[in-house]
This record gives sequence, C-alpha cells and structure tokens, in this order.
Amino acid sequence: MKRIISLSLLLAFFLLSLCSLTSCGRTKGVTVRYLNFKPEVAEKYNAIAKAYEKETGVRVVVETAAANTYEQTLLSKLSTREAPTIFQINGPKSYAAYKDYLSDLSGSGLYEHLSDPSLALKKDGKIYGIPYVVEGYGIICNKSIMDKYFTLPGKQTSYTSLDEITSFDALAAVARDMQKNKAALGIDGVFAATSLKSGEDWRWQTHLFNLPLAYELADRGVDMTGDFSDFQFKYSDNFKKLFDLYLENSTVPRSALGTKTVADSMAEFALEKCAMVQNGSWAYAQIAGEAGNKVSADEVCFLPLYMGGKDEGSQGICIGTENYYCINEKASAEEKAAAEQFLYWLYSSEQGKRFVSEELGFIAPFDTFASGDVPADPLAKEVLAYMQSDGVKNVPWQFGAIPSLRFKEDFGASLLAYAQGKKTFSEVIAGVKQSWKSESEHT
Amino acid sequence: MRCGTLKRFFPIFVLPTLLSFVLVFVVPFVMGIFLSFTEFSTVESATFVGLKNYLRAFARGDGFLRSLGFTSLLALCVVVAVNLVALGLALLLTKKIRATALFRGVFFLPNLIGGIVLGYIWNLLLGGILSYFGLDITYFASLGFLGLLLLSVWQLSGYMMVIYIAALTSIPKETEQAALVDGATPFQLLRFVKLPQIAPSIAVCVFLTLTNTFKMFDQNLALTQGAPARETEMLALHIFRTFYGRVGWQGVAQAKGVLFFIVVAALSGLQLYFSRERKEKI
Repeated sequence: MKRIISLSLLLAFFLLSLCSLTSCGRTKGVTVRYLNFKPEVAEKYNAIAKAYEKETGVRVVVETAAANTYEQTLLSKLSTREAPTIFQINGPKSYAAYKDYLSDLSGSGLYEHLSDPSLALKKDGKIYGIPYVVEGYGIICNKSIMDKYFTLPGKQTSYTSLDEITSFDALAAVARDMQKNKAALGIDGVFAATSLKSGEDWRWQTHLFNLPLAYELADRGVDMTGDFSDFQFKYSDNFKKLFDLYLENSTVPRSALGTKTVADSMAEFALEKCAMVQNGSWAYAQIAGEAGNKVSADEVCFLPLYMGGKDEGSQGICIGTENYYCINEKASAEEKAAAEQFLYWLYSSEQGKRFVSEELGFIAPFDTFASGDVPADPLAKEVLAYMQSDGVKNVPWQFGAIPSLRFKEDFGASLLAYAQGKKTFSEVIAGVKQSWKSESEHT
Repeated sequence: MRCGTLKRFFPIFVLPTLLSFVLVFVVPFVMGIFLSFTEFSTVESATFVGLKNYLRAFARGDGFLRSLGFTSLLALCVVVAVNLVALGLALLLTKKIRATALFRGVFFLPNLIGGIVLGYIWNLLLGGILSYFGLDITYFASLGFLGLLLLSVWQLSGYMMVIYIAALTSIPKETEQAALVDGATPFQLLRFVKLPQIAPSIAVCVFLTLTNTFKMFDQNLALTQGAPARETEMLALHIFRTFYGRVGWQGVAQAKGVLFFIVVAALSGLQLYFSRERKEKI
C-alpha cells in the first residue's frame, strides 16, 4: 500500500514538473505563434501583439530567436507541439529546406496587396513566401566630405559634384585623388575598412557578389529559382575592379583586414575617418547610434555600386528582400486563418501600418501603403527615391541563389587570402566556380 | 529484509534520475544515431539512405579529415604542454613558499571563466600584440594554432594543477625522507619517488586534457572561427558548420557527430582501461 502511495505521489510530482516545463496551460481559442528573427525589434513585436490582442481578442505569441540562431531555433521549434504559425525564410534555398512546412499563400489578403507580385517566393504556381520589407544597399557617402573634396584647391579631377559620378571610371578617379589628398580632407582613407574577418565578410561575399551574379542570371534569362548549378562567374573582372578600389583606397592596410568587423567600418564612417562605406539602409541605426557620431541625417546618401558593367549611366542601387513571411502548413486550419488575418491587419490597418513604418522602420512593398507612410530614416528615404525614379535600373537581389552558407564562407576566406596577397584573383575565381558546383550538388 | 527496503526505496531514489537520464540522454542519443543514416531537414522528415552520409563525410575536399588531423595535433600538443605546466606549478606550490594558497587560487581562476569569454579575451589580447607586426590571429593557420594552444594551457593548467597538488600532498612523508637519507638528488626524488606515486593522477590528467581538447568548441569559435579558410576549424565546430552552414548536409553532420562520439568514447575507454589495469597491479 505504502509502495503504491509513494509511487503515485512520485508520478504526480513528475507530471507536475513536466507540465510546468512545457507549460501545459492551454488557452482558449486560437493562438498565433510568431517566430521573430531580429532580437533588436523583439520589444516592438511584443507591443504589436498586445495591440492586436486588444483589438481583436486573438492571442499572438511572439518568440524571438537569439542573435544568429534563427535557423537553429526554427529547425528545432518546427518539430515541437508549439511550432510557430508564422515564420520567415530567406529565399529559394531555405524553401528547399522547409518545403514540408510551407503553406500556399496565393489566396491570402496580404498577397493580393503585394505591389510587385514577382517579388513573392513561388514554386509551380503556388506562393510560399510573401516579402514584407524591401531594403537597399550601395555605397553610403558622406556628402560634406565629398563637397570638401569638390572644392579642394589641389584636386586633380574635373568632377565638381556627386551627380557627375555615374560610372566606375569617375568613381575610381575621384577615390584615388581623394586618397592622395586624405590629409587635407581630414580622413584616414576614402573607403572604410574592407571587413574580412570571418563572419564579417558578407558585404563582399554576398552583397558585392550580387552584381556579377545578377548580371550573369540576367544574361541567361533565369531568376533565382531557376537552375544554374554551372555558374561561371563571367563578370569576375567587374567584381575585382571595385573590390581592388576598396582595398587600395582604404583607411587601413590590407594586412589588417582579417580582424576588421562591419561595426569597425561603420564606426569609421560615423566618426568621419572615411568618406564612403558599402552597406545598406539598415546600417543607418548603426551610424546614428555610434558614440561621438559626427555624421548628421542630411549628410548621407547612396551611390550605386559601379563596377564597369553595362549601362552604367542608368544603374541604380541594389534593392530587394531576403525576408519572406511563411505560414506553417502543419498548423490547424483555424490557426492558419488567424495567422493570415494577423499579417493582413499588420500591413493594412491604420494602427498596423503605423507600427510597420514608424516602429519597425520597414519599407513595406504593399499597395496599402500610401507615399506618406515613409520611414523617417534618411537611407530608407534614399531607397524609396531610387525605387520611384524613372530611368534608373535598380539591381535586384539575387543572392538567394547562392547555394549555401559554406559557399559564402569559403568565398570570403579566399577574398581575405587575396587581400593579404596569399592568393591570386584567378585562384579566387577557380575556387568560386568549384565551390558553387560542389555546394549545388545536394540541394 | 534489507533487500526489501532497498526495493521499496528504489522508485524514490533512482527513478527520477533514471527517467531524466533516459529522457534527455538515451532517447536523443538513439535518435541521433538513427538520423545519421537518413537525410532530413527537421526530425520529422527523415528518409533512410543507409551509409551514404558516412561516405559523404569522408569525401575528398570536405574538410572533416583535415579537422580531425588539426584537432589531434592540437590535442597532442595541449596534453604535453598542459601537464608539464600543471605539474611544474603543483611542484612549486607544494613547497614551503609564502602565500601558496593565494597562488593556487589565482592559477585555478581561469578555469571558472566560460570558454566563449576566454576566447574573446584572448582574441583581443593576441590581436593587440600581433597588430604591432601588422598581423592578426587569422593571418596564418599556425598563429591560430598557437593561440588555441596558449588559451588551452591557460585555461586547463589550473585545474590539472589542483589534481596534481592533491596527489603530491598525499604522498607519505616517510618515502621522501627515506630517499633523502639515502642521498637522493632532487631530480632522483622526483623521478623515482614522487612520479611513480602520482602516476594514477597523471593518467587522469592526460585523458582529461585529451578529451577536453577534442571536445573544444566555444574557445575555437571565439578565437579563430576556423579562419583562415577553415584551416583552424576543430571537429566540434566543423560538425556544427556542416549542420547549419550547408543545405542538404544535416544527415552528414549527424554522421560526423556519431564518428566524433566514437573517437571521444574510445579515448575515455582507454582511460578506464589504463586506470583499472594500474589498480589491479597495485
């Protein structure tokens, strides 16, 4: 008898502790679980969830993956009972990894309002991901330093304003002359450090690489969902031109690049130690938040990444998205419907839109947004200006086509070796082709 | 009667531990071995592929074997360096010097700091020194190797030192005094009196350092991140990156994990074998 009592007590204790671990407490009605991948805006999403629950009574649980652990968190969460209803993927490659969990969104309200339906992630006529923010990148310029150069007595070029820089040759001439006059301009170098520390090299192995990639895909007439496992890196010369320009006219010597981080480069720009840095609209927060920042909001602007490609005169900056909303195929029908409604509310209701443009600072690609709903940050405004100006051809983001993270890491490592003089550029090209091929094999 | 009492208390004392052991160790372990024979993206979507993952793990140019080689070489150097330093410190700190307790504490402290923090601290320190020469820790693979060696010695020596101190102080004073009466030199005292008597501790320390170095992950991640070009990537980091860095390689990473387990288990098995054999001799 005693034995039974002690056993049952033990079992009860166990169940209790298990319950508290997995939070058994079921709530009434449907719950939308949103897995957020940007820890820096976790608070804002919580506020959005609270506002939505207040307005509609539907509970939205925001879970946030710690920095750089989104993939891990998503992979493990998807196989639990409390799997996210809404999550994000970043392009065709993660489509392959998560395809069992993606539901068709072609009938959803949000998709109908997508201003450019070609941006959506689709396969066989079905829509699996809806982009919810567009971003842009190029060369961020400090206008004051540029103006200082344009009025410099000893300058060797004939350029007198930023508007005249519309080709690689112009950019290179100005950059080289500025580098010669760096003391007079009060800078350490024209371009911020080419950060090539492992994990900090995405501005080159992904963003700069996007241009030759986009050119080659355009030549073949395929988009990033097509097959091109035999990528040839045809425009490697163009890549090299601009990359060399960065290395030669930098704030730091080539040998130090292996320790430089993106934050280092952005700090140099914010403290006016350099005049230009390649980065995107998301980086403005970093500039503004740097202690001792000397660059004001009206001093920054974008220049396109000129590398001597075709039609440079009309080249714009690189605009695209790497963030797609997905709804979990394995969720119940009610949960899916509730998730769709939540997303639709966020991007169409007055309150939701205010959150999106003011709190999250997104440039949202939906026709529910009027031109008045522009984010306040100056680089985001620049992106919008590039999107809306006629005659400018912005380069689409095609790096969703890159076969794997391993490819990027290897490419970054060989760019570093090239910068340090341990590899020739033709070895870099051979490595890119080889790695592209071997990483495409198993997808 | 006694047996009955034991049985009665079994559920209270053993069951909770047993259950949690099965739940958080045995089940994931068996699942892990199963997954190494499948292709999967999440645990639910596994399809059986036989030994394919293991073959892919050993494919040329993959880097698994290179990581294994790098890890083994580093482990070898770490074992020698850590044990020499630790034994040296232990010998010094069992002498009658002032403030030995303080020094013991100081040398033990690094062991209490988390590996990721240590890695970043050493990254800063070494980076600061190397920048005078226009270099940095990822410039040559050999620099990363030396950095990892230095870090391991700094971190592990204190711990091993404590084990050696315990062993040295438990040597009966009589044996030392007898040797001194016989006119033993300090070296002879160390070689023929002290070392044989602390041999079991040496075995423990050697294998502890060996397995610790094989399993090293956070120090590696924080100090070199495998740079340059994955040349300083140790096994654990290599497996992690195979899993999260490549599409369609999760099963292969799992297979590498199983191989990794076999290596570490074999090392621990060796340790058990050696310490048992010695006990039997005594």
